Amino acid sequence: MIYYIAALLLILIGLYGVLVKKNLIKIVLSLSLIDAGVHILLIAIGYINGKTAPIFSTPDLRPEQMVDPVPQALVLTAIVIGLAVTALALTIVIRLYDHHKTLDISKIRELKW
Amino acid sequence: MRKALAVFFLAILGYYMLAVLLNFPFGIDHLNPELAGAYLRDTVSKTGAANVVTSIVVNYRGFDTLGEVTVLFLAATGMGALLYKGKTMGRSRQNASVIVKAGSRLLFPLIIILGAYVFIHGHLTPGGGFQGGAIIASGFLLMFISYRNYHVNHRILSNVESTAGSIFVIIGLLGLLYGATFLENIMPLGIPNKLFSAGVIPLIYIAVGFKVGAELTALLDTMLKTVK
Amino acid sequence: MDFLGIIVIILTLILILAALFVIKTKDLVTAVVASAVVSLIASIYFYILQAPDVALTEAAIGVGLSTIIFMITIRKTRRDEE
Repeated sequence: MIYYIAALLLILIGLYGVLVKKNLIKIVLSLSLIDAGVHILLIAIGYINGKTAPIFSTPDLRPEQMVDPVPQALVLTAIVIGLAVTALALTIVIRLYDHHKTLDISKIRELKW
Repeated sequence: MRKALAVFFLAILGYYMLAVLLNFPFGIDHLNPELAGAYLRDTVSKTGAANVVTSIVVNYRGFDTLGEVTVLFLAATGMGALLYKGKTMGRSRQNASVIVKAGSRLLFPLIIILGAYVFIHGHLTPGGGFQGGAIIASGFLLMFISYRNYHVNHRILSNVESTAGSIFVIIGLLGLLYGATFLENIMPLGIPNKLFSAGVIPLIYIAVGFKVGAELTALLDTMLKTVK
Repeated sequence: MDFLGIIVIILTLILILAALFVIKTKDLVTAVVASAVVSLIASIYFYILQAPDVALTEAAIGVGLSTIIFMITIRKTRRDEE
């Protein structure tokens, strides 16, 4: 139960960072915090009390003694894709800094009229 | 004003999410007997792998793994295109101290061997292609930070990456050639818990491990150059 | 309340404090190190919740590579001025 609360607080703190902060690097950092929160929530939903990891390491493990393996496969893919998105977003931040010489989003107003 | 509005919106959102999550008890057995139960029961007999998560990622949902490898490739290509400058400067201004240089030269082959072990035994122990590739990229990163002019040949890295990606697709097309579906497990299954078992799964994970390792190394090298 | 429950509660408190530190501090390098602490505690959570594959992936990618990419970006832009 405490895992749900920890994941929910991480998501809310990350959302606060995206909404309120003005520095571009801090916004991307908060996006990666939201990612970590969602992954913890998914794995915590797939947990069953008293069961063990889904690997048939010894031949006498029966399939009724294992936790749910499907959320783990989903989160494995999601972590790698989160890294790819973060890396690409940071490259865009570097190019924005080269062009505008500032990292403050309230000063980069070329698209507004 | 903006902060108060954001906190109010987040309080409403948090209240409703907590109300939904409290109806979902923690740790109750709610396995879907047709999906997760079938994966757990049939993995050893139908695919021969001992690691159920590996057999889901590579065998039952192998097409999604092909999409993930493509997304990683797109991100690395996009970064290489955006960070292109006409001339490349040096990587850093000075070498690290003697202890760091000697220690990293000692640790580098051990880290490479650990990464290769993790992605070769992906169907027996926890691990797999993505984990092994990330460990290999961390080993190369250690050498990049310690030595000022440690060079990797970008043409070799690019060739390794394209060959490994093509091997993944060719293994899938071989499934079509033998009359089954794309990415079907067509090689003999073998005895579970031995190294040469599980058909096509270790071959796919070895290709993915090489590809991810070479890709992340080239990415880090491109980013670390042109430091002002 | 057994020993594992007490450890989970302590780790949760450190996790929430580190996440608040990411938002609050004005020095960007400190924020990146705090986010590495968040990823490390998430990796320990994945191990306690019986998911060893995911714990390996989060430890290798979240702690190692993501922190380095942020540090390289900070080096190419400015370090403070939150």
